[in-house]
Amino acid sequence: MARPEEKIKLLKSKANQMRKLIVRMLAKAASGHPGGSLSSADIIAALYFSVMRHDPRDPCWGDRDRFHLSKGHCCPALYAALSLCGYFPEEKLLTLRALGSMLQGHPDRKVPGVEVASGSLGQGLSISVGMSLAAKMDKKDWRVYCLMGDGELQEGNIWEAAMSAAHFKLDNLCGIVDFNRFQIDGRTEAVMNLEPLVNKWEAFGWHVMECDGHNIEELLGAFDKAKFIKLKPTVIIAHTVKGKGVSFMEHVVDFHGRAPTEQERDIALAELADIEKDEEKL
Amino acid sequence: MEALYARDVYGKTLVELGRKDHDIVVLDADLSGSTRTIVFGKEFPERFVNFGVAEQNMMAAAAGLASCGKIVFASTFAMFATARVLDQVRNSICYNNFNVKIVATHAGLTVGEDGASHQALEDVNFLRAIPNMKIIVPCDAKEARSAVIAAYQTKGPFYIRLGRSKTNVLEDKKDFVLGKGYTFGGQSRGDVAIIACGIMVEQALLAAGKLKNKGISATVANIHTIKPIDADFIVELARNHEALLICEEHQAIGGLYSAVCEVLASRFPRRAVSVAVNDSFGQSGSPKELLEFYGLTADSIAAKTEELLREQD
Repeated sequence: MARPEEKIKLLKSKANQMRKLIVRMLAKAASGHPGGSLSSADIIAALYFSVMRHDPRDPCWGDRDRFHLSKGHCCPALYAALSLCGYFPEEKLLTLRALGSMLQGHPDRKVPGVEVASGSLGQGLSISVGMSLAAKMDKKDWRVYCLMGDGELQEGNIWEAAMSAAHFKLDNLCGIVDFNRFQIDGRTEAVMNLEPLVNKWEAFGWHVMECDGHNIEELLGAFDKAKFIKLKPTVIIAHTVKGKGVSFMEHVVDFHGRAPTEQERDIALAELADIEKDEEKL
Repeated sequence: MEALYARDVYGKTLVELGRKDHDIVVLDADLSGSTRTIVFGKEFPERFVNFGVAEQNMMAAAAGLASCGKIVFASTFAMFATARVLDQVRNSICYNNFNVKIVATHAGLTVGEDGASHQALEDVNFLRAIPNMKIIVPCDAKEARSAVIAAYQTKGPFYIRLGRSKTNVLEDKKDFVLGKGYTFGGQSRGDVAIIACGIMVEQALLAAGKLKNKGISATVANIHTIKPIDADFIVELARNHEALLICEEHQAIGGLYSAVCEVLASRFPRRAVSVAVNDSFGQSGSPKELLEFYGLTADSIAAKTEELLREQD
């Protein structure tokens, strides 16, 4: 099921543009969460520029697919995608975390395209269960996508939601785990081991797929397959790299919650520009 | 006098609203028989969701449903509808200003024999500080019905606090207006204003009768809406009475007493005395025994009033 080369190339380019915007807005804000924003960029790019049915000119269109960023601290990635889609002008991104800005440190419904605020971890899958139930009640075919962090899977609320999504047979719900294996205090396996993660989701009654969370083709394939899984929810365990795309941030726990300095920003932007050039050559 | 369970009336009111409005969705967490949401569930199974013993999931899912235009009623016991889910209520429901109406039953000491673990006495306190949240403590089953309808008609999150026990339907109530307190019998002046909410309104009325026999004129005020509090009404009561007593089946900390004192401190500094649970847990016992043990009775209100008037003389 090869996808047209053009589409993959476009999505890679969008993800790279998102990464540049993430770095720029976080450096300007001088606080925030680069690591997880960068690790989730390809997942969010795949959703917003290919998988999801949505209309930036009509953010409240009733039949839109719903996206919920349960790992709210990675909102720079979402804000970048929304602005590139045209939900709001790109200049706004540089107001991230500033007093009075709609671009709060964690998502807020003031932002066109943000369905529900998030930030306190562990609640997003329940919120998505509620959305999926609403679609089922109204016999609508729109789907719900919920992006979770790996660290937040340590919250009990996630597993309450997981149990209920399977019980209610919510096949319109697709969870994605940004499995970058780091949380603020260190490696997930050291802080609070999540493994065997696939078995856990399976035991809770979910259809589980694994993929490289930076491989657009694999991501699109997984999202596509999820649409055909019936009578149970699907979760995609996306194996990612924290800080992906910026060499000195990759696998570095410090960049979970530290913004780049101006100097680091410039180095990062140069690296991301090089990646883009390499992609174009291919 | 007619006696009714407020939760029976809640279940019936849900069905009534559900017939008219197909966007109404009702959620419960394995207590639907006790909260009476099962009555709605039987008539509208497609719009009723039982989450099992998982209140956090229920409250955050309520937010998700509301984000899609549903008017959500979520019920469980007051103990599990507040403390256990405070973060979900704050961040998922109230911060988004979603149309989620939390109607909790089995609040207060009158849960009875189940004891302290089930006697929610801090619930109003927990929720009162959260922006966008509105709080109603109805005095009887009929007022509970009005409260549920008002919550349905008013956008945003609500907390409605109901008890477990059957209680008398009070006479001479005024029509329910959200955010407006009222007095009984058209009285606006007197020696003492006894301000109450919930089941304590009946005790306040009984106390007023006892005091009248002793030549003390007591105005009984029902403040069913704890938030937003009717500040003008409280200032009027303070202006027109010698003494103020605030009665509630809740901790003195953080409930109606606190709400009234906040108004008094900022607008009309006056002494006010609390009849409430005083910084302690409840225990097992019959509702009647418990109200007597913790001093939440007409006799206790009357005695405190006399003491207060003597002190203030």
